Amino acid sequence: MKLKLKIWRQKNASAKGQMVDYDVSDISEHMSFLEMMDVLNEQLISKGEDPIAFDHDCREGICGMCSMYINGEAHGPDRGITTCQLHMRMFKDGDTITIEPFRAAAFPVIKDLVVDRSAFDRIQQAGGYISVNTSGNTQDANTIPISKHAADEAMDAATCIGCGACVATCKNSSAMLFVGAKVSQYALLPQGQIEAVDRVKNMVAQMDLEGFGNCTNTGACEIECPKGISLDTIARMNRELMKAHI
Amino acid sequence: MGGFFKSSIGRKVAMALSAFFLMFFLIIHLTVNMTSVFSADLFNELSHFMGTNPLVQFALQPVLLFGVVFHFVLGFILEWKNKKARKVTYFKNNGAANSTWMSRNMMYSGLVILAFLVIHFADFWVHEINVKYINVEPADPTRYYHELVEKFVPIWRVVAYSVAFILLGLHLGHGFTSAFQSMGSTAGRKRALQNLGKAYAVIIPLGFIIIALYHHFNHH
Ligand code: HEM
Ligand code: SF4
Ligand code: FES
Repeated sequence: MKLKLKIWRQKNASAKGQMVDYDVSDISEHMSFLEMMDVLNEQLISKGEDPIAFDHDCREGICGMCSMYINGEAHGPDRGITTCQLHMRMFKDGDTITIEPFRAAAFPVIKDLVVDRSAFDRIQQAGGYISVNTSGNTQDANTIPISKHAADEAMDAATCIGCGACVATCKNSSAMLFVGAKVSQYALLPQGQIEAVDRVKNMVAQMDLEGFGNCTNTGACEIECPKGISLDTIARMNRELMKAHI
Repeated sequence: MGGFFKSSIGRKVAMALSAFFLMFFLIIHLTVNMTSVFSADLFNELSHFMGTNPLVQFALQPVLLFGVVFHFVLGFILEWKNKKARKVTYFKNNGAANSTWMSRNMMYSGLVILAFLVIHFADFWVHEINVKYINVEPADPTRYYHELVEKFVPIWRVVAYSVAFILLGLHLGHGFTSAFQSMGSTAGRKRALQNLGKAYAVIIPLGFIIIALYHHFNHH
């Protein structure tokens, strides 16, 4: 395959960036999107140009690093996948593909397609945990009875990989799907109850402080989320916050 | 509770509460207007009651006014904050791939409704205040019907009126179920309530439009 690429180039956090056109050839339809980027970068390096910086780590859809906004969608046109799981067979020979970083004021660009998502870490640190005594006499979590239904829903929420596609997709750059997932994961389990009030208050407060927008329930995040996190988690977070204030 | 309404989620809840109030009010408004199609006398009677009853005038009316202003002012504030949350916009964004037009354009449908409300207030409310308190005219409990019908004689009014109500339908097409989600309920995600929301978003605007068309084609 031969492709025309329009890619966001930005030297550093303070530089002004722009879209730059590239041509790549010899792309196999079996390649992943990141492998296509590798081919392009090798071409750039052999020409003595600066390769395109992009985040990646596991390349198997579990770390959430590979943030790219491809043809106007987070992680490209396929569903339920990250960029590293996007295959080139989703595109046609001769296509023009636009590639941009995830955009949000709370996710500043570091270089090219790499953005700083540490705002998510700070939200997690504000309450996305339970306090457990790990001094050697830790209680076995399996001794606490949990209904199958609650366990399943908590597990579904816990599959969030913190990729930020929800924020990138949302027209309001809202982080509510991410925070909803993180709040739900604990709200559904007995271990999460003790710190429930402070957790939701502090995580929402941190989310607001980081400058994420307000959810308007368009549902776009749920569609673009690689892990299928449900909008129901946002409703649960809203209920948890109401409960915490009553 | 003070802290709650300062949070992003609290503001959403406030937005939804004002929206529920407005949606309830629209049912009453449509019901009263609908009587004008069947009986001029009944419409006059109801309008006279609404226009003279102190409870309606000095308790419900200010609450309604507050509700409307609260809803669109908070809407503006949220929209402004949401715009600020993305300083650099996308070169290419395919919003249609994952959301409806209605849900992405609440601000624009809202602005059309607001423009309508300005005309609506100038037509009826300013007129009412004028007749009742400023240039006091003798009370005429039968004037309402003719005042209403007169408004629908020029075709441009009927067209503008219909356009505004179509936009209201789009506003409600997303807003109805969205308000449930904002309140922390997942009911808006269930088929039954989605159908009720669609029915509401079609029936309410269509009702108002039918009344306008009826009077336009039947005035003497
Ligand atoms: C009688 C008239 C109106 C009704 C019945 C109505 C109804 C609704 C409903 C049901 C929602 C969804 C609330 C939620 O998601 O929680 C909503 C949201 C919204 N409305 Fe209205 N609305 C009306 C007038 C207006 C006006 C005049 C404006 C202002 C320009 C406006 C602007 C908005 C905006 C921007 C939203 C989205 C806010 C958000 O989701 O956070 N609306 N409206
Ligand atoms: S909710 Fe989905 S889209 Fe958002 S960070 Fe988690 S996995 Fe990514
Ligand atoms: S590189 Fe880990 S999810 Fe894509």
